[in-house]
This record gives sequence, C-alpha cells and structure tokens, in this order.
Amino acid sequence: MMSSKRAIEITVNEKRYEGLVEPRLSLADFLRDQLGLTGTHLGCEQGICGSCTILFNGETVRSCLLLAVQANGGAILTVEGLAAKAKNGDPLHPLQQGFLEKLGFQCGFCTPGFLMTLYEFLNENPSPSEDEIRERLSGNLCRCTGYQNIVAAVLWAAERLGAKSDR
Amino acid sequence: MRPAAFEYVAPHSIEEALAALQQSMPDGRILAGGQSLMPLLNLRLTKPKTLVDLNGISGLDGVRETAEGLSIGAMTRQSSVERASGVRERCPILAEAIRHIGHVAIRHRGTIGGSLVHADPAAELPAVALALDAKFEVARDGIDRTIPAEEFFIDYLTTALAPDEILRKIVFPIIRPSSGYALEEVTRRHGDFAIAGVVAIVELDDAGKIADARLALFGMAPTAVRARKAERALIGREPNDDAMLDAAALVENVLDPPGDIHASSAYRKHVAAVLTARVLKRAVQVCRDQRL
Repeated sequence: MMSSKRAIEITVNEKRYEGLVEPRLSLADFLRDQLGLTGTHLGCEQGICGSCTILFNGETVRSCLLLAVQANGGAILTVEGLAAKAKNGDPLHPLQQGFLEKLGFQCGFCTPGFLMTLYEFLNENPSPSEDEIRERLSGNLCRCTGYQNIVAAVLWAAERLGAKSDR
Repeated sequence: MRPAAFEYVAPHSIEEALAALQQSMPDGRILAGGQSLMPLLNLRLTKPKTLVDLNGISGLDGVRETAEGLSIGAMTRQSSVERASGVRERCPILAEAIRHIGHVAIRHRGTIGGSLVHADPAAELPAVALALDAKFEVARDGIDRTIPAEEFFIDYLTTALAPDEILRKIVFPIIRPSSGYALEEVTRRHGDFAIAGVVAIVELDDAGKIADARLALFGMAPTAVRARKAERALIGREPNDDAMLDAAALVENVLDPPGDIHASSAYRKHVAAVLTARVLKRAVQVCRDQRL
C-alpha cells in the first residue's frame, strides 16, 4: 500500500519551502533529505536522545516524532538558523560560541539538539542555576563530554547574553 | 522513512474523526501528540492501515473550570496544562505530576488525553486520574458516555475506550483547599518512566485526624492502582509516623509488581513502601501549611 503524497509548505529559518511528501515521512527526514538541512541530526528516532530537537512554532519538539505533513503551515527554527539570532553582528549565537570556548562537544553529533534545547531554555530562564541546566539537559544524550563542559558552556552563554541584555 | 506506509486522515471535527475511525476499523489508530505512538510506528511495533490525526480539530483542547471540576480537553498539550493558572490554583497535583513526564520538548507535543489513553502503567497521569476519581468523557458516533477513572484502566496499555471511540475531555474534581497532596517517584534519570511512584491526597478533620486519604501507585502493576486497604487504615488516625508506616506496610504486602531489568519485584515493593510514607508525610504537611 502506498498512500498518496501531500503538498506541504513550511517556513524554515525564515525561508519558505514547498515539498511533496508521503504522510509517513518525519519532519526530520524532510529537513535533511528534501531540504538538505542536515544540521538536524537523527540518533534514536524514538524520542529518547534529543539529537533531532528543533523549534516548531516557537517551542522545542522532537522532529523524529512529528510528521512532515503535520508541520504544514508551520514555522521552524533549526541549528542552521541559530547563528542568525546572534546580535551585534556576531558570527555565532552566544550558545554556539560558548560550546566552542568551553569545549562543549567532542564528536558533535548531539550538539545541534543541545543547542536548540538550550536556546529555548535561556529565553525562558536567562540566568539559570547549574541544577536547572542539568534538569533541562536530561532530555538530551551526549556520550562524549560527560556534560560538565556543556554546563560550563551554558553558564558562559548566559553570562554573555545577560551582560549584553540583547537576547 | 521508518514507519510502514499508512493512510493519513486529518479531520477538522470530532464527527469527521469518528467517521474516519469507523471506516478504518479495525486497523485505524488515533494520532494525538504522537510522543508514544510515533516511536511505536518508527520501530514498526505497530502498523496501522490508517492514522486519524486529531491535531487539526479545534475545540478539543483547553482548560475550563466547571461545577464538577477542571474540564481539560483531551488534546491539551501537557506543557499547557502544566502552565495553566486554573490547574496551579485548583488542581496543583496535576502540574506537579506533569513536571515528571519526559522532557520539555516531549511535553510541548504530548497531550493529556494521549497519555491517559496510552495507559502506560509507569506513567504519572493515570495515577493522578485514579487518585482524584477523574471522569473520562468519551465520544462515539453522536453518543457521548462518561467513564469513571476506576473503570477506565483495564490492563497493560488497555483502557475501556472502544476502538471507535474518541476521548473528548477529562474532568478532574477540584482539590479542596483543606486537602494536602504529594507525588513522589523513583527513576534512573529525570524524565524516565518511574520504577515506582505514589500519589497521595489527604484531608484532615478539625481535630487534625485523617478524614480522607487517597493513595494511587504507578509502576507497580499492569495499570496504576489505588491502595484501598492502606487508605481505609489511615482514616480516623492521627497523621503520625506510625500511621504512615502502617500504610506503607499495607502497600508493600498487597502488591506483587513485576521484576524487569530496571528493578526486581522486591525492590519495587520496598521503594513503593518508602515512597508511600514519604508522600503521606508531605501531603499532611501541605494540609497543615494551608490551615495556617
């Protein structure tokens, strides 16, 4: 059985895209395979690892658990659009810069999911405690860093964002 | 693409959804938030012929205060319930329970109705619904019926909902301001399904004795369960350590939880007993704080 394809229209990182998709295609596969936006990584494809986390209509979601057809008409932010959220002409968002400064990644596979989770988090909670950071990070798995440097990167970014108060 | 191919139907009203479900019998499945169903589809543990997506139906979400309690639309996202001021003021145990569900990105998408209908025995919401005697309002081909929580959870991942029925809303009776409540669970990591968990709601009389006690456990049986023996044993007693330890012993002796790779049966029983005493203590403290 092959179900018929649907036309969809999705705004990704403020650019409009059209596509023709099978209903069973996940949003993550659509972003990666049809739009070529391979910054969104797929780890477990069952909602556990958090690598595919993106913002859908302003809220973090697992893009492996959302069908592309369900995102029709929606607005998405992926890691490719994060640097454009930096202020003062900085080439990277402070979170990205923080991950570089504090060595918040090693292999980098999980990093896009962490960045998107943390982007929402720092918007809600601009000066979080270490415990709050660790609780929020519980939905993203990293097998390299041991999380210590990721927490340090978030604190670095929070401080920088706070200092500029231009989030 | 991970899932097997399916027909996808996105109705705009509950009537259209019921008709689509009827047509797709017996192999149609309802897609709510998808935080449990999508993993099952991706793993091909389920291969429905048709998916009926409720996300395009307006009016199935929202929190309303009614005479019977808080009426919550089945498609209300868990994070919306968690944030709703009505929930925080009138039924705070719900907000407390939801904070334990998965992670923020899961709760943004996951719905209250989806979690209840999925009926995972280790999930928090079924236990809260049982403890509060919530009512499930169900739609079927123009006829609605109401199922009390006590009759809703039948077995492992199985509820009283018929294959051609759709959960419309859940009514949670309001927690009286004189009541205390608490929820505790043990998990390997924050957001994991519970190895064991307990919900308690306690009411004290004017003399400070226990007038009403409700205990619901999760992760301990094929469904969430009320600990009725322990509840009955608490009524009329001073809310002291002895009363709580007696209730904990009753919980430990009555249940026969399964053992798995996360915990043996004996360990689950021990954890449930410890948590029972702990939630009762916290619930009584909340009662007393509210009287000051």
